[in-house]
Amino acid sequence: MLELQNIGFSVPGEGGGKTEILKDVSFKISERFVAITGPNGSGKSTLAKIIAGIVTPTAGRVIFDGEDITDLSVTERARKGISFAFQQPVRFKGITVKDLISLAAGTKISVANACEYLSEVGLCAKEYINREVNGSLSGGELKRIEIAMINARSTKLSVFDEPEAGIDLWSFNNLIKVFEGMYERTKGSILIISHQERILDIADKIVVIADGRVAQIGSKAEILPTLLAPAGCRYTSKRGGEANG
Amino acid sequence: MANLDSIQKNLLEQVADIHEIPEGAYSLRVNGESFGIQSTEHIEIVKKTDKPGIDIYIKPGTKKESLHIPVLLAKTGITELVYNDFHIGADCDVTIVAGCGIHNGGSEKSEHSGIHTFYVGENARVRYIEKHYGEGDGNGRNVMNPTTVVHMEKDSYMEMETAQIKGVDSTDRSTRAKLADGAHLIVHEKIMTHGQQFAKTHFEVDLDGEGCGTHVVSRSVARDDSKQLFVSHVNGNNHCNGHTECDAIIMDNATVSAVPEIEANHPEASLIHEAAIGKIAGEQLIKLMTLGLTEKEAEEQIIGGFLK
Repeated sequence: MLELQNIGFSVPGEGGGKTEILKDVSFKISERFVAITGPNGSGKSTLAKIIAGIVTPTAGRVIFDGEDITDLSVTERARKGISFAFQQPVRFKGITVKDLISLAAGTKISVANACEYLSEVGLCAKEYINREVNGSLSGGELKRIEIAMINARSTKLSVFDEPEAGIDLWSFNNLIKVFEGMYERTKGSILIISHQERILDIADKIVVIADGRVAQIGSKAEILPTLLAPAGCRYTSKRGGEANG
Repeated sequence: MANLDSIQKNLLEQVADIHEIPEGAYSLRVNGESFGIQSTEHIEIVKKTDKPGIDIYIKPGTKKESLHIPVLLAKTGITELVYNDFHIGADCDVTIVAGCGIHNGGSEKSEHSGIHTFYVGENARVRYIEKHYGEGDGNGRNVMNPTTVVHMEKDSYMEMETAQIKGVDSTDRSTRAKLADGAHLIVHEKIMTHGQQFAKTHFEVDLDGEGCGTHVVSRSVARDDSKQLFVSHVNGNNHCNGHTECDAIIMDNATVSAVPEIEANHPEASLIHEAAIGKIAGEQLIKLMTLGLTEKEAEEQIIGGFLK
């Protein structure tokens, strides 16, 4: 479904040189759940943004359902069936939760339908449906609304950048149930950038990115033990970084 | 009474959200002349004899009643200055819908200036809604210069919602208020300018009474080559709370100036001003684009929400 071919991304570095964020990243995704993991600053978020079209790679191609989408805009990719949940959800003045979920669904949906999406992510729909998506919502609430939007879109490929960050009070079991429900609805692929063992544990495939390269790729059975081995000691933090995470 | 034509009906809908002559108390002014006045048991409307305009007397204790006073200009080349005085009795709870719609199909200037003076009685609650709208296929300019003067007595409460979203080429809005003990004034202003339009808005609020307060919020969008100037001046002359906020989105080559000024003349005065001007945040556009909207559609949603 999704294929990354030799993706590279570099930015101008000090002294006129180049800093390479991603180097020759290639892999294919067709499984139900795929997790991308790796140390902070390894280029995971950049990779997710390249898939969504927010960042243009400086090398390589992005293939979606056999079509080269490297030169397509964010909008065109969204319409072809790619959804992207931001690591740090965006706030809007005056736009309500219902507005965003309607826009995500692509039609004017009923209050009952919008409420269903909110209930699935553990928000009491009645309290939230007419709230503005502004600074009055906490990071965790915004994060759940972000996930509800992806559910409302129901596309072939859903990409999540650290969905677990900020929703501490909400059990991971529920988050995992949301992903399972999403798969039942879309029968598509769900790509999750995560550091959480319990999310990695549901992955059919794990891609480990380190220093801008694919360090490991394989099934959960192959990869998870190597990540959890004490000698690995790969992580300095359970949480990912910002845009460059 | 004569009937309104379709242009006038459209203007009426734009400024007052109504299609026909309203129920209850109203004063409708069309093309520089009074078109109809209707008083009710509790709301008396009297035409001024010395100058254009009306006096409105709302009896003390009038509850859940509304008053509509729309002004329509559908001829080119009319310039008028109207004085409307509102005497709102103690303990009232009323809604007043004002507004001006101009359809200028000609090449001359159409100008409406209204001076609205409110006397809000003790413990009265007033919701005042004012919409300004202009349209036209000619080259004539649509000009509106509203002045609002508010005298608020003890423990009164007034909420002003003003909106000027379309078609007004030049506007100079002035709002002055004096608040007695325990009075509260809330203002929500929305302005969108485009083309070569110019909008100036000026608030002057005197917080004279103990425990009084105001909250002045202006949200605006300036597009194309339009210019906006926001000035607010809140004077804290007693133990009071004042908050003024200007939040503007600029697009294209538009310019916006915000001049918030707060002046504390009492040790217990607590005053805050905030002003923010900037273009639409890139991440907001991108978020909506990931939902399948084009950049232009995303922009419309963001502005629509901002001015909602």
